[in-house]
Amino acid sequence: MRRGQEREPNAARKAAMAAFAQASRDQLRELIQAAGLSTEAKPLRGPETGLVTVRGRIGGGGASFNTGEATVTRATVQLPSGQVGHAYALGRDKEKVRLAAILDATWCAEETRATVEDKIVAPLQRLQAEADARRRAEAAATKVDFFTMVRGED
Amino acid sequence: MYVAVKGGEAAIRNAHRLLADRRRGDRSVPALRLDQIVEQLGLGVDRVMSEGSLYDRELAALAIVQARGDLIEAIFLVRAYRTTLPRFGYTRPIDTAAMLAERRVSATYKDLPGGQVLGPTFDYTHRLLDPELATGAEVAQPDRREDADAEPMPRVSDILGHEGLIEADGPLPAGHVTGDITREPMEFPMDRDTRLQALSRGDEGFLLALAYSTQRGYARSHPFVGEVRIGEVELELDVPELDFPVTLGRIRVTECQMVNQFKGSAKAPPQFTRGYGLVFGQSERKAMAMSLCDRALRASELGEDITAAAQDEEFVISHSDNVQATGFVEHLKLPHYVDFQAELDLVRRMRAEHEAKSADETHREAAE
Repeated sequence: MRRGQEREPNAARKAAMAAFAQASRDQLRELIQAAGLSTEAKPLRGPETGLVTVRGRIGGGGASFNTGEATVTRATVQLPSGQVGHAYALGRDKEKVRLAAILDATWCAEETRATVEDKIVAPLQRLQAEADARRRAEAAATKVDFFTMVRGED
Repeated sequence: MYVAVKGGEAAIRNAHRLLADRRRGDRSVPALRLDQIVEQLGLGVDRVMSEGSLYDRELAALAIVQARGDLIEAIFLVRAYRTTLPRFGYTRPIDTAAMLAERRVSATYKDLPGGQVLGPTFDYTHRLLDPELATGAEVAQPDRREDADAEPMPRVSDILGHEGLIEADGPLPAGHVTGDITREPMEFPMDRDTRLQALSRGDEGFLLALAYSTQRGYARSHPFVGEVRIGEVELELDVPELDFPVTLGRIRVTECQMVNQFKGSAKAPPQFTRGYGLVFGQSERKAMAMSLCDRALRASELGEDITAAAQDEEFVISHSDNVQATGFVEHLKLPHYVDFQAELDLVRRMRAEHEAKSADETHREAAE
């Protein structure tokens, strides 16, 4: 499967999980509180921190090679309803990843999905898109505009 | 007879206490916070992540403080920490063409799609010390160009590839299993993927010196920077509990595509060949040096004569790791009392034999 072409609703869940993974602990905490969502859940696995080996490709698009490791934290939780949720994120913030797993479980439950989408995923995606746009604009200001000197020979 | 000697516990304890004191320095100066190091000494943090082979800014910053700014010691600390963590898996290969690039320059094409984006570079600065920094002067916000449409930035190698004058991205035979120097002991000859893993965590200074040697004529490779780009790429991991790859977040990497003129050999026609560099964080110097070393190390693959150190795979890869290098060099200062006594005894005996022999010869000459 190519990136971003997974079938619905996997694509939506993947996008939501990506938004949780890239958020900060404080952002998740504040949005959960504002949305009035419960964070009651039973830990099934973790939160635990480990490594993933980051892979690149020779020449950018050739055979894969191992570039180095990165810290990753993962968690699996179960809501009182029985719904299970997972989360993975770079770094070692266990509380953030626990909250992300709770949000994933809450997203997976049909009756709370819209709330999570509207109150958590949408604001996070907006913030992340704004940050990216700012970074893009800052980089774009350093783009070279070449011009040719007129040499006045004719 | 071997006699074990104990002692020094109190001295070691007090030495470590003194180290902690000297690390902290003058108590009237505020202690550094990790976020200050992450934010303001970011390229030092990047070097520790790259050579420590662990992407984690806070840990690298902690290591730098604990090592009193000694980056190789910090890299050692990070490497030791890595071994304490379980491994969850291998990510999908990163897609550098999709990078949110903060910098991207090409020395081979002026007008390439996506343009020449200088980003936060030291290039074109005058390398004059700035006394205003010492006084903590406020820094202006960067300019923005909001109208810029997000033009895609294809890799320069893909642009050149159309004419067939440049070799493809490095393929490896079908069924090749990606090598991993953290799992299997190194063996020579080594495949290019394994070599790149070793180079990516190799010592910047060592790779820089070797890369420089290739420019000065030791394995000359006529290099051009096809492209250097720095920015964030997304990491994805396949996990058993989900039937789609999960997004872990983004990391910053530097990629260098070196393009090298090649006059051809029995194995390959005249064309541009390539060297590749990919390192954690922002480090153009390291990525460029890595790509020059990668190209030089492809000598036997391309049918070139091996005449220089930079082309000698076993020499380069065996000595590129600064944790191994510092361990072996620095171990020399640890007690070698017994070894040295044995050698001292040996030298005394050899000296005595030598003196006896020369006295003997003088005697004979006098007699003659």
